[in-house]
Amino acid sequence: MNNGIITVIGKDKVGIIAKVCNYLSEAEINILDISQTIVNGYFNMMMIVDLEKSTKKFDEIYDGLEKLGESIGVVIKIQHESIFDSMHRI
Amino acid sequence: MISKREILETNRMISDENLDVRTITMGISLLDCADADIDKFNEKVYNKITTKARDLVKVGEELERELGIPIVNKRISVTPIAIAAAGCNTDSYVSVAKTLDRAAKEVGVNFIGGFSALVHKGCTKSDMTLINSIPEALAVTDVVCSSVNIGTSRNGLDMDAVKKMGEIIKETAEMSKDNNCMGCAKLVVFCNAVEDNPFMAGAFHGVGEKDCVINVGVSGPGVVKKALEEVRGADFETLCETIKKTAFKITRVGQLVAQEASKRLGVPFGIIDLSLAPTPAIGDSIAEIFQEMGLEQAGAPGTTAALALLNDNVKKGGVMASSYVGGLSGAFIPVSEDNGMIEAASMGALTLEKLEAMTCVCSVGLDMIAIPGDTSAETISGIIADEAAIGMVNNKTTAVRLIPVIGKGVGETVEFGGLLGYAPIMPVNNYSCADFIRRGGRVPAPIHSFKN
Repeated sequence: MNNGIITVIGKDKVGIIAKVCNYLSEAEINILDISQTIVNGYFNMMMIVDLEKSTKKFDEIYDGLEKLGESIGVVIKIQHESIFDSMHRI
Repeated sequence: MISKREILETNRMISDENLDVRTITMGISLLDCADADIDKFNEKVYNKITTKARDLVKVGEELERELGIPIVNKRISVTPIAIAAAGCNTDSYVSVAKTLDRAAKEVGVNFIGGFSALVHKGCTKSDMTLINSIPEALAVTDVVCSSVNIGTSRNGLDMDAVKKMGEIIKETAEMSKDNNCMGCAKLVVFCNAVEDNPFMAGAFHGVGEKDCVINVGVSGPGVVKKALEEVRGADFETLCETIKKTAFKITRVGQLVAQEASKRLGVPFGIIDLSLAPTPAIGDSIAEIFQEMGLEQAGAPGTTAALALLNDNVKKGGVMASSYVGGLSGAFIPVSEDNGMIEAASMGALTLEKLEAMTCVCSVGLDMIAIPGDTSAETISGIIADEAAIGMVNNKTTAVRLIPVIGKGVGETVEFGGLLGYAPIMPVNNYSCADFIRRGGRVPAPIHSFKN
């Protein structure tokens, strides 16, 4: 299993999900779970994605998402799922 | 699948509560570098360290990125130089310290430990050479750390070494007085030193260890404090359970980092050190945990009990989270590195004597304490002897890292910068112990029965 957790935080606007999903689909990254809320105008999204078949390396995805975030005006982060698994699962 | 709440909780610990992995420390044996020619020895040491640790910083940074958690320090510990260099025909190991400094800088680590000697039952010629080299070695290098073990529960205390180390600490302060006596911040005197400690300044790679291992030190006072805020006013059962659960989570991250680092570097995993290491950052303080528990300031009556239960529960939670626990696994209370401790010491709530009492339960020692520059060598030896006696009798590690700040007195402060922080100069009991220290010889091993 090679899952990543993507979190997106920032001021809400049209097309955030579309742009992130577009980036992921171009890199052959499958979305396993997605949840999104808006609190006081702030956009908050979390995705669990499958990196197994990704055409890009983790480092590239990390930089790519960071740049994409800057262009949209939100903060996008990807972390390996193992840190959450370690902390919350025995 | 991981839930949204769990993702939020982990990321909040990292972004708001200063959760980090304090150090990945690579232990490297230098036993196979032995050579009668000191230049050849230095060359072998340099080559071995720069080969083994070549990718240490790179792998650390990779893991930081992938897991999204800061790994604050990447460090190296080596075989005590007094053992590794014993075969060299030389009367000074300063060149070895310089070699360690150069190798550490080449691979990009921020400290290298192991300019050390184990003299708990007496000194060899090599031990004496090392100890005599300490003041200059720490003055002419930047990242080399030194430690000397002067006693164990099995062997008692080497009081000649205790006396000597008081003098060495003074000399080290004198030689680095233009740099805030920084040499002393890199020098620890131990009783019951451990062979797999990843934390500086006391890390060295013991002779019972493999050729190369990865040890990891976790952190997280801020996370514990935040968790305790949620149960404010609750009874001790709830308090202890909360610490245990939090420690488990913190340690699991350390375990993951250790395993991954070990896999990627092709170096076996040694241990996780379960210590709540503070930093000078606000919200990353042991003293603030005491305040959250209900003490007005660190040092108030109840502090020793608070520390005992804190550390016991950190261990109970942490032990289950890691496959191998080792190192010091105690609470660090480095006064200069903990914002709440600095405050408590500055206002007089926390005294040297109370800090000493705290070391009886689980504090690792009198750590990063600035004392007046005119404190005598014998008084420093007396403080070392007291700490070592606590360690010896209680079968625990105790350490002393004192900084006699040359030219400064009580009420003034000294600034070390970075993770080492700043410290108010604390008063020392100045009634003389000179005749006691001057006796010399050894204190026999204590009896380990009839406990009371």
